[in-house]
Amino acid sequence: MTAADTIRLHVDGQPVEVPRGASLAAAVAHATPHFRVSRNGQPRAPLCGMGVCFECRVQVDGEAHVRACMTPARDGMRVSTHD
Amino acid sequence: MSRFDLIIVGAGIIGTACADAAAALGWRTAVVEPGPVGGGATAAAMGHLVAMDDDMAELALARYSIRQWQAFADLPAAEFSRCGTLWVARTAAEAAGIDARVARLRAAGIYAQVLDAGDLQRIEPLLAPGMAGGMLVPDEAVVYPPGVARHLLDQALSHDAQLYAARRVQALIHHGVQLDDGTQLHGRVLLATGGQLPELVPELPMRLRKGHLVISERYPGLLQHQVLEMGYADSAHGQADSSVAFNVQPRPTGQLLLGSSREFDADSGEVSPPMLQRMLQHAFAFMPSLRRLRALRTWTGMRPTSVDGLPYLGAVPGRDEVWVAAGHEGLGITTALGSALLLMDLMRGHTPAIDPAPYSPARVMQ
Repeated sequence: MTAADTIRLHVDGQPVEVPRGASLAAAVAHATPHFRVSRNGQPRAPLCGMGVCFECRVQVDGEAHVRACMTPARDGMRVSTHD
Repeated sequence: MSRFDLIIVGAGIIGTACADAAAALGWRTAVVEPGPVGGGATAAAMGHLVAMDDDMAELALARYSIRQWQAFADLPAAEFSRCGTLWVARTAAEAAGIDARVARLRAAGIYAQVLDAGDLQRIEPLLAPGMAGGMLVPDEAVVYPPGVARHLLDQALSHDAQLYAARRVQALIHHGVQLDDGTQLHGRVLLATGGQLPELVPELPMRLRKGHLVISERYPGLLQHQVLEMGYADSAHGQADSSVAFNVQPRPTGQLLLGSSREFDADSGEVSPPMLQRMLQHAFAFMPSLRRLRALRTWTGMRPTSVDGLPYLGAVPGRDEVWVAAGHEGLGITTALGSALLLMDLMRGHTPAIDPAPYSPARVMQ
C-alpha cells in the first residue's frame, strides 16, 4: 500500500490507517471493536451496513449522528464513537 | 351501576384533568374514550406551558393554570423541564413590542425580562446573528402531554373513577350518554372531545387547524430554551388559511422538537412536504445551523379551534346538564388544569378563581 493509497484519520484519539475507499465503519472497526453505546448501556455496532439501522452512528469533526457505514473515510477526520 | 355524578367524554389532556379534579372531589366519575389515552391533539402538542399575553382572557386562564402545573415539577411521568421561554424579534418593528409585553406579563405576576442582541447570542448561540432583541420568561416549562394525561387518569381511577375504554359515545340521551355497545350511563355530561365536539353538540362551532412537528436526533446541550419568534401570536391568532411560525423546544432527551404550522380545513392529516419545507425554511432563518441536524420523525396534529380562539368552558345553553370543555386550540396543555378547576367551581356553584364569562359557550350562541 503506497502513501497515496492510504487514508490517515483519528478514531477516539487513536491514529488509524486504512486503504483509500474504505468506509468509516471499516476504519472504526480497525481501531476498536467498540462502537456507540445505546441509551440504556448496550454496546452497538454496524448491523445492516447499508444505512438503514443507524447502529453505526459516530461523531465526525463535531457533527453528531453520522452513519459510519455510509461515509467514506477521509484524511484528517476526527471520529468519536460517542455519538 | 351506571349512575354517575359526572360522565366525561374524551380522555385527552382536558378530559383527564377534569376527571382528576372531579374524582378528587369525591364525585362518582366516568371517563369514556374510544382511542388511546391522550392520543389525539394531546399527543401532537409540544407541551409548552406558556403564557400568551395578547388576549387578556387567555392570559388569565394560562396564568391560573400554570400555577397549578407547578405541582407536576417533580413528577417523572410529566417529564417537566423548566427551560424557560425565549422570544426573539428579527426586526426593529417586532422588537418595539417587547417592553409592552414584558410589562403586561409582569403585571400578571409572570417574571419576564428584556434581552438585547448580545444577550441572545450568549444564552442561545444557535440564533442567527443580528436579531433585533428578545424577551426571556425564565420560569416557563415544557412537559410530555400524553404522560401527564395517563397520570391524571390514573389518579382519577385511584379515586374510583371508572374508565370505559375503547367505547365511543353514540348519542346524548336525557341526563346521560349512550355508548356504542348500547350501554347507557346516567348523570351530568362533560364533553372534552376537542375537535370532535360538533359530533355531539353541532351548535358549538369548531374548526380543525392542522399543525406539523419535526423531532430531531439527540443533540444534548445544543439548545437551552424553548425559542419562539415574537410574531408567533400573529400566526397563532391570525385568520390566514395557512401560516408558519418559528418555535423550537429542547426535549429532556436532548432532542429538538420543531414547529409550527397552521392550516385551516386541511383535507387530510398527512404530512405535507410543501408545508413542512415552508416551516423549516422559516426556522432556518432564525437558526441556520438547524439545517445540519438530523430529523427523526415528522407528524401532524389537529388543533381544536373555537370561533374566537378561546375554549368553551361551561354549560351548553339549551341543553340539560350538558357541559363542555373544548376548543383550546394550541394552548390546551397550558390551560388544561385551570380549565378543570374552573369547571368544577362552576358545576358546584362556587365562584371560580378567574372570571368565567369570556369562556362561556353562551357567547357564541346568541
